[in-house]
Amino acid sequence: MAEYIARYFNEAKMADAWTQIQDNFLADTFSTLYITLVSALLAILIGLPLGIILVTGDAKGIRPLPRWLMTFLNWLINLLRSAPFIILIVLLMPFTRMLVGSAVGDAGVIVPLVIAAFPFVARLVEGSLRELNPNIIEMAQSSGANTWQTVFHVMLPESVPSLITAFTTAITTILGYTAMSGAVGGGGLGNRAIAQGQQRSNHAVLLAALIILVILVQILQTFGTWLARKCDKRLKNQ
Amino acid sequence: MIEISNLSKSFVTAGGRVDALRNVNLTIRDGDIYGIIGMSGAGKSTLVRCINMLERPTEGNVKLDGLDLGTLNKHEMQKMRHHVTMIFQSFNLLMQRNCLQNIMLPLKLIHMPKEKAVQRATELLETVGMSDKAKAYPAQLSGGQQQRIAIARALATDPEVLLCDEATSALDPKTTHDILSLIQDINQKLGITVIVITHQMSVVQEICNRVAILENGSVVEEGDVSEVFSNPKAQATKRLVYPDMVSGIDSLGVPHQQMIRLVFQGAEAAGKPLLSSMAIDCQIPANILSATTRTLDGKVYGTMLLNIPGGPAELAKAVAYLSVVPDVRVQVESEYPAGKENASENPDREEEDD
Repeated sequence: MAEYIARYFNEAKMADAWTQIQDNFLADTFSTLYITLVSALLAILIGLPLGIILVTGDAKGIRPLPRWLMTFLNWLINLLRSAPFIILIVLLMPFTRMLVGSAVGDAGVIVPLVIAAFPFVARLVEGSLRELNPNIIEMAQSSGANTWQTVFHVMLPESVPSLITAFTTAITTILGYTAMSGAVGGGGLGNRAIAQGQQRSNHAVLLAALIILVILVQILQTFGTWLARKCDKRLKNQ
Repeated sequence: MIEISNLSKSFVTAGGRVDALRNVNLTIRDGDIYGIIGMSGAGKSTLVRCINMLERPTEGNVKLDGLDLGTLNKHEMQKMRHHVTMIFQSFNLLMQRNCLQNIMLPLKLIHMPKEKAVQRATELLETVGMSDKAKAYPAQLSGGQQQRIAIARALATDPEVLLCDEATSALDPKTTHDILSLIQDINQKLGITVIVITHQMSVVQEICNRVAILENGSVVEEGDVSEVFSNPKAQATKRLVYPDMVSGIDSLGVPHQQMIRLVFQGAEAAGKPLLSSMAIDCQIPANILSATTRTLDGKVYGTMLLNIPGGPAELAKAVAYLSVVPDVRVQVESEYPAGKENASENPDREEEDD
């Protein structure tokens, strides 16, 4: 133990860590939040409609789509979800370069993050919408709502609390993934933790970065839970 | 007018083909409050869903004012559903929307300008007696209040037909009575044809003028409510009209001709000792063999089966005495359902309702 402390937390390392915390942590925190929120936003933009299609296009949905298309979508989502993120980053490099001009840096990590996260978001949205009381869908149909109206006037508004919870899960998961952005030179706390902690044996920096990441996740989760509850009109009485 | 002709509907399930409806023929005239009654699994829910084409009939057709609804395309079907609206057992309000917004939903679907829609919804809140709850959310309302909002929503697009799918089955007797009165009011004031799906005889007795009895997907009896109830012919009807009297009475050993049935149709008899008065005035003793009566707002509904043991002359005297009581119908029981037969045919034919 004493040896561990002497090795990783000696005076020089601590001084170095303190300098880094003072000089870089604020920018790193913003960088992490930036990558996370931009990726989450784009993942939701793709994942939300996809999740809706998974539910409405189902054989028993309100607008069944051709079976081959549904099979393909499900297959694609499962495929993307089963690829480990670090492998996805490498595999997607040519695509990323084509899309944003570079496969490294913050932009370079957002592309694989979005690709990894949108299938996850689609599954979360699918889960939220499937929880809806089928009687409500029947009510919409019996009121003469078309598919579009059923989705936008009934299904989505009724799922808002559940969707907020789902998106919160997605955002915190993406935040965790940003740690791997270091592999392609993306910024942020995760990158610093790995680069400094592992490669330069500065465990004080690693621990400090970890603490900030934990705090960020806690804040995001608490806010998401609060917002979901606040929006849920079913809880108005309680 | 709604004409249902040769309507059949079958579902293909894992267990094979299920015939939910078999060759149903019904005519529902404008302004009717038409009851469709049957045990659960009889096909009521499927039948009502064929009327607004939520279920496509396998055979036969449904005509609304001469228009065959089966020939409508998707868009025309959606338009039709603004004229044939529906309320449900579970109310099916949007839980994340307040009362006013719930009522405005069908108006949004027909792209009514918001200002006009708010005005219309506000009027409807008044129609159903819920003006003070415009901003309340469904979770804050009782079942009866939720159903009122659902009724207002169903009325929003000025429908010609209102389908009520077990609309009072989740409500207590008092609230059921209030909601039924509201539906009757709507029928009379707005001239909307109402189709009431129920498993409760009392609902049909209270508001319907016509009734069809559905059993195993077929209509076994149909006609004016007073006619069908005073002289039920089909076994299924008898089981519904005399729910508690089907079994167990034979074991009492009372000859049929000694029995009379009192049918209370909103009689002001709650506070009057009817049978005691008969014993005192005419010296006729009567046994109550069975009674299914209930009191709503001081009025009695239901039936009572009496045994008059004193012979045919006394029986006739009792009938004469009781017949004078307003809103009570007296029938001499010459026969009644024998009980166990047919009681549980096809127990596995449960469908999605209930």
